[in-house]
Amino acid sequence: MFDASGSCRNAYLEFQNNLNRTSLRKLDQLQHSTYRAQMSMGMTFNVYHDNKGIEKILPLDLFPRIIEHKEWSIIETGLKQRIEALNLFIDDLYHQQKILKDKVIPKEIIASSSGFLPECKNLNPPRGVWCHITGSDIVRDRDGKFYVLEDNLRCPSGVSYLLENREIIKQAFPRLFTGLGVRPVSEYPGMLLNMLQSLSRKENPTVVLLTPGIYNSAYFEHSYLAQQMGIELVTGQDLMVKDRRVFMQSTQGLLPVDVIYRRIDDTFLDPVTFNPQSMLGVPGIFEAYRSGNVAIANAPGTGVADDKAVYAYVPRIIEYYLDQKPVIENVTTYLCNEEDDLKYVLENIASLVVKETNAAGGYGMLIGPKASQSEHEKFRHLVKKNPRNYIAQPTLSLSTVPTLTEKGIAPRHVDLRPYILYGSSLDVLPGALTRVALVEGSLVVNSSQGGGSKDTWVLFE
Amino acid sequence: MLSRVANSLFWLGRYLERAENYSRFIDVNLNLSIDLPTGLEEQWDPLISATGDREYFLELYGEKFNRENAIHFLAFDERNQNAIISAVQKARENARIVRENIPRETWEVLNELHFYLKKKHQREVWKKEDGGACYKEIKNQLQLLNGISYGTLPRTQGWFFTKIGQYLERADKTSRILDVKYHYLLPSVEDVGSPLDFLHWTALLKSVSGFNAYRRMFGKIDPANIVQYLVLNRYFPRSIFFCLVEAERCLHEISQEPKGFSNPAEKAIGNLRADLEYADVNDLFGFGLHEYLDQLQIRLNRISDAIDDQYFKIQPNFSPEFQKQS
Repeated sequence: MFDASGSCRNAYLEFQNNLNRTSLRKLDQLQHSTYRAQMSMGMTFNVYHDNKGIEKILPLDLFPRIIEHKEWSIIETGLKQRIEALNLFIDDLYHQQKILKDKVIPKEIIASSSGFLPECKNLNPPRGVWCHITGSDIVRDRDGKFYVLEDNLRCPSGVSYLLENREIIKQAFPRLFTGLGVRPVSEYPGMLLNMLQSLSRKENPTVVLLTPGIYNSAYFEHSYLAQQMGIELVTGQDLMVKDRRVFMQSTQGLLPVDVIYRRIDDTFLDPVTFNPQSMLGVPGIFEAYRSGNVAIANAPGTGVADDKAVYAYVPRIIEYYLDQKPVIENVTTYLCNEEDDLKYVLENIASLVVKETNAAGGYGMLIGPKASQSEHEKFRHLVKKNPRNYIAQPTLSLSTVPTLTEKGIAPRHVDLRPYILYGSSLDVLPGALTRVALVEGSLVVNSSQGGGSKDTWVLFE
Repeated sequence: MLSRVANSLFWLGRYLERAENYSRFIDVNLNLSIDLPTGLEEQWDPLISATGDREYFLELYGEKFNRENAIHFLAFDERNQNAIISAVQKARENARIVRENIPRETWEVLNELHFYLKKKHQREVWKKEDGGACYKEIKNQLQLLNGISYGTLPRTQGWFFTKIGQYLERADKTSRILDVKYHYLLPSVEDVGSPLDFLHWTALLKSVSGFNAYRRMFGKIDPANIVQYLVLNRYFPRSIFFCLVEAERCLHEISQEPKGFSNPAEKAIGNLRADLEYADVNDLFGFGLHEYLDQLQIRLNRISDAIDDQYFKIQPNFSPEFQKQS
């Protein structure tokens, strides 16, 4: 909300005025009705490793985060550039691998990435697009600049919260919302459906959303998006492959499926091609995909660009394919498989954040300054044992945004996840999911670890 | 429509109807107990019997058919798969599975009802003297759900599957409550016409929301007329015949086969409907009312199974046959 000099950012001035006129009691009431609205909508997610009550809601903070047009256009341009480059990168990896031959990225990084699927070599997804839906995590550091922290190119979740948060928060501050001129986000399901339909050559293709089922932590989102797009929500058992074509089992018999928005991981898609243990997938679906009879979004194999070790090379990837400087920079990243970096990490582990390269959701992670000596020692050991599995980054001073806490209004650290769709065009939704670390001083915003969310208001020019 | 989704919608209809019937049963019986002359014990045993779970009740509570136990069992005992709290829980699970197929309001009301029941469960409302308002509220919320779907759902397959579930469940519950109540009441033939007798027959009619309409149609309380009204009547929407006519119509809407039958489910329901259509109340008594209703319940179950076979079965996609072709 404030810049480094301590003065209120422009976008927040009107918000601050509004806040000054509202009593804390009133705010508490609004926060409570926000909670009630979330409960009755059933905006719940399931937490892994938590046995009691499988349903939790992602707490929604009453105060919106506001982003001015000027700042947003940097994010938008930067993300478009990044996604375009990453897509070219993926396509290259599964074809000629020029970037490896030119030694811009060491071969070993790719060879050892669990996201790289040899089965996808020489495949040509429709329009040459692999990463149809991306949700990149962006943070703002002390210097006020934005940095990309992670690219989520597998099955990024959270967009339903973004959309539902907006419905709730705009009702809490109707006048402020209209007065500020906030860009709408409600077109997202329409954009998503158009993008998915564009992946088929058919005039009116049948699109389905493939979910692992009601016990998946993001099931709320799956059913929400299916409902908003008016498409069928299917599980693996509803689908069947016959003669390399995918069908769904309906009350009228088998109906053909043309496009699958899958929300299950690559290797669970098809027990014949990948993980034979998978009960979530559909036997033969990969063969149907390879034959071009069904489109899958995101394309299988996309996850290779989501590897945290690959992340470190994204600035070089952008320069290599687009011959441009990155608009949004990466956070400085130390690759533990490079000797100098490894040495630095081991010596400075207490001040660094160490992450597992193939993990997500805030698991398998060490925050040096917050961790104990024995945890430092444990991670030193882990990193030495398997350097390829770890990267490290300096502990960022994530920007804060005013948040309603039990002790009144207080600053809490946030990040930002915008969503990018890539089909016949490349579009960034003018809004984002702001995740907030609700625990005082905490830097971990993941929903599975005590994080909450905020509505994000991107302003018109 | 996906077979899995059709299955969930069918059960959504069934569970909601079940919960509504139970809440009405409890509500009516509570009211009845207020009107009973002092010295007479409240009768909860017949109600438990009507649900078909008497054995299970005995297992859990022994012979103690008091109000607290009975209400706990019928409404809040999570061990009882048919208790209101369980039925709503299962309806909600089904609704969650097919959320993209139902109106948003349906989901929200059902979800709130689920939390409402949890709260009442926590407060042990069945132990409270003035807990009665709760069952009216539950019934109202369930009727609200009916109203929401009636006013917003397109009349496509999803609607018809939900309705079939609802009507089959309703036919079953009407037949059960009639069966049990009739046999509890009949021995008191010498009391016919007494105020107590009147109270009980009235309560039976109120249990299926049919008292006022019955009055307008038949005037005085008469056991034979009541049986006719609850089993064979063409106009009363909770009579067994009415439920069958509606469920049959829904099946034909789904198959798009307007006449006769095009599958075993339609054949089974058409047969049963025709039997009732051409029966009069003396046929029922001639056969023995209890035996008649017993047969009817068995045939209702067969219809339900036939619908399952026809529409809800999913072939395993893991069969080697399909893997070979891939």
